Amino acid sequence: MKFPTAISRLAGLFILLCVSFNSYADDLIMMRVKQSFPETMTSLQIAIKKAGYTISRVQRVDIGLTKSGFKTDKYRVVFFGKAEEVETLLNQYPDLAAFLPLKISIFAENNDTILVSNNPIILQRYFKQIPEHYFTRWEKDVQKIFSLASIED
Amino acid sequence: MKTLISIALLMLSPIMVNASPNGQQLFENNCSVCHGTKGGGGVGIPLALPSFINSVSDNYLRKTIRYGRPGRVMPSFNNLSDDEILSIVNYMRTWTGKKGKTFSKHNITGNPQAGGKLFNKLCISCHGVGGIGGAGTGVTFSRPRNSPIIAPSLNNPGFLSSAEDEFIKETLVNGRAGTPMISYKQFGLSDQDINNLVSYIRGFEAGPYPFKSYDTESAVIKVDSPYSIEETINNVKDAIIGKNFKLIRVQELNQGLVEAGKENKKSYIIYFCNFNFLNKALAIDPRVGMFLPCRVTVIEQNGKVSIISTNPLKLASLFNNHELSEACKEMHTIYSELLEEASL
Repeated sequence: MKFPTAISRLAGLFILLCVSFNSYADDLIMMRVKQSFPETMTSLQIAIKKAGYTISRVQRVDIGLTKSGFKTDKYRVVFFGKAEEVETLLNQYPDLAAFLPLKISIFAENNDTILVSNNPIILQRYFKQIPEHYFTRWEKDVQKIFSLASIED
Repeated sequence: MKTLISIALLMLSPIMVNASPNGQQLFENNCSVCHGTKGGGGVGIPLALPSFINSVSDNYLRKTIRYGRPGRVMPSFNNLSDDEILSIVNYMRTWTGKKGKTFSKHNITGNPQAGGKLFNKLCISCHGVGGIGGAGTGVTFSRPRNSPIIAPSLNNPGFLSSAEDEFIKETLVNGRAGTPMISYKQFGLSDQDINNLVSYIRGFEAGPYPFKSYDTESAVIKVDSPYSIEETINNVKDAIIGKNFKLIRVQELNQGLVEAGKENKKSYIIYFCNFNFLNKALAIDPRVGMFLPCRVTVIEQNGKVSIISTNPLKLASLFNNHELSEACKEMHTIYSELLEEASL
């Protein structure tokens, strides 16, 4: 390796280490479900309830887009939470309101369906004053919901 | 004695099986969501394309998984061990049954200035100025798309750390069947011309990489309102319409979580959307739905009213998508202005 090339390689590696430190794979929880959208949507809603949460709303993103003349496949956002927990957190940590209720995006990709959620554990990085147990449990619950939603009948 | 040995081996066998990570399972858990169950592509590139998988080295795949592509959706898989990454690579090899190529780490010598001229003439239309890559990272089959792949970002530090010079040269010589990348021999380039191009591309390592992370931003944008909660909500609604967004709905934050009539009247969510902007954002990254629709929360606590929104720049840092970060910069400005206007 020639000296200038070696320097350039080291510079490249340094840049790589600098820019990639905060782009971890586990910041998002994602899953490809080998089922059609309607089946997965039903499974997801059942899974959320099984995990002890209430669905507060389903935002039909695709309907709004289609009405505005844009082409899209099925795309929804499902909001969910636990009433008492949300109330307690709102009273103690009002800034967290921007992230509540929790939500999962669900969209079709050909015959498969994709589920995406931010990993709730990232909220621990944002709100260091809030007890960690909330976020670790949410992380486990979202993973559980995804697993349950992906199990074929 | 033989029986004892057999029993001992039987007892050991599950441990031995578990000691070797299951590449297929790891691929399905970590990669298939973007790249498809068998590498057919989706948000991520179609890895199983024979002209791709058969022409890359194991080293290239391993480093790509480890380092990712900063700013281009593919994250760095720091959570996987070297053995697990190797298992994934071995599994990917089963798609075509062929071994990965081996390239030397020897650097190709060329004239980068001459290579730069060729790059600007022949490569720039797909790979962008300075090798920034094709637009539209994170396309998915859920959206209309013209091609299953996007021209890779050649100046990306993840690519440059993974790709050997010989690999880059071979790609230029052979092209990539099934993609718009044709053999550069068709342009009548000589071996030296191609070396010059490789040398120019390698030179990107020395240059700055224009991906800015906003991870140091605060998680929320917040302002205090001097008005009552009802007045503040009306102010937010006016500001939303003033910014050419469509007001979707105003609801108590816990609506749907509690029995109707028992909602908390001191915390409201105001949902709004600009479908043109939304369509553009989804084309950049379909996972962006995670922070949709646009929303502002108005809360009254101890007689004080606050308006809070998530900080789109902070959330953008989760997606490792440079283009999305740029769109989120615009959203950050809109949210900030909106909150300010509503509280004036």
